Amino acid sequence: MSEQIHLHVNGVDYPVTIAQERNLLSVIRGEIGLTGTKEGCDDCECGACMVLLDGQPVNSCSYLAVQAQDREITTVEGLADGQALGMLQRNLLEAGGVQCGFCTPGMLISATALLARTPEPSEEQVRIGLSGNLCRCTGYTKIVQAVQRAATELTAG
Amino acid sequence: MSFTIARTVEDALAAMATGARPIAGGTDLVVGARHGKAPLPSALVAIDRLRELKSCERTADGVSIGALFTHHDIETHPLLTTVYAGLADGSALVGSPATRHVGTIGGNIMNASPAMDTGAPLAVMGAEVELRSLRGSRRVPIEQLWTGPGRTCAEPDELCVAVHIPAPGERANSAYLRLEYRRAMEIAVVGAAAFVALAEDGTIAALRVGLTAVSPTIFTGDLLGQVGRSVADAAAVAAELSSQQATPISDVRASDRYRRHTVGVMARRAVEAAARRAAGETIDIPVNRAIGIGAAS
Repeated sequence: MSEQIHLHVNGVDYPVTIAQERNLLSVIRGEIGLTGTKEGCDDCECGACMVLLDGQPVNSCSYLAVQAQDREITTVEGLADGQALGMLQRNLLEAGGVQCGFCTPGMLISATALLARTPEPSEEQVRIGLSGNLCRCTGYTKIVQAVQRAATELTAG
Repeated sequence: MSFTIARTVEDALAAMATGARPIAGGTDLVVGARHGKAPLPSALVAIDRLRELKSCERTADGVSIGALFTHHDIETHPLLTTVYAGLADGSALVGSPATRHVGTIGGNIMNASPAMDTGAPLAVMGAEVELRSLRGSRRVPIEQLWTGPGRTCAEPDELCVAVHIPAPGERANSAYLRLEYRRAMEIAVVGAAAFVALAEDGTIAALRVGLTAVSPTIFTGDLLGQVGRSVADAAAVAAELSSQQATPISDVRASDRYRRHTVGVMARRAVEAAARRAAGETIDIPVNRAIGIGAAS
């Protein structure tokens, strides 16, 4: 059955008419047209599809879009600072934490959620915070360093 | 498929009375459907906005945890991470931060996987599950809830609304740990929980062990014969009995022989960790990380 629902993505209200079994990822990419969020494993394992739902990280490949109605959804596009890169994005780039870039949107979402609840994370806390995101290029070290650099920048104000 | 959002518990119960299945985080239901394990139910009622099921409160005889309390809520809750530490050990191991933020204790219990991480600790602590329908409410000892892999004794119109855990009492606590090959998005290869109460002289006053992923449902047993013995002796006996009584399967993650051996190791470590906590020591949540199970970072 199709239904018209409202999804609030990055502060914008999007009315969409969708089948009720559609997952949030396919609606964000296919209906709303925000393609920063990636489809990786499509099985809730890799984290490439991660978005924030009311500030909490969620694998959007395995979350029903109808369940997200009237909630605040943040995708990687919402982390930018206008047309410029957001602070975390810039740190990830400068630290060499981006290679092929496919995991990057999910990494940024996880890191954003982590820093919101733990502003000064230890290396172990960063690794746990990013533990739902697979990267097959970097070996993770530079991604972890980038998040720590961002944390330092944030707390220094 | 039809989908509705419940605004009250009564809404949810009314929908379930007409055949709808409840969905909270969807981490089992939606993922299972996408795997082809089971299609999505033809009618779903979303219960994740029911505030009254998100509480965790002390009661006269213990604690009551609302069915929508998430694994993240549990692993960061001041009371649950200290007095009911075995449960927090389990929740802290579930999936990834994303899974733990939407996955609920009610969903974990009612999904009835033999590999669930909250089942063994809840069972050794003597938890009861509160099931509610339009017909009324009842409490079921958690071990009686599970009737097989993916099956419970709940009627189709019954919603799990809360889990009640009795207070452990003086000099008593719990621990849960599991064998895992990686540190995230993992399912227990095998796991073990222990509840230990110590006598004043440090010997065992009560010992209960629960095993994960070695039988069709969570396996639990009271080790009554260990009362009065030392923790080390009791832990060794728990290891031996656990390996003997396990009836594991072989699958892609481990052979039955390997599971039978390692569940004994997990049981021994669970008894030791629970006893250290019962004696007043603080071991970080989850015990798995504190004692170095899983690959080093």
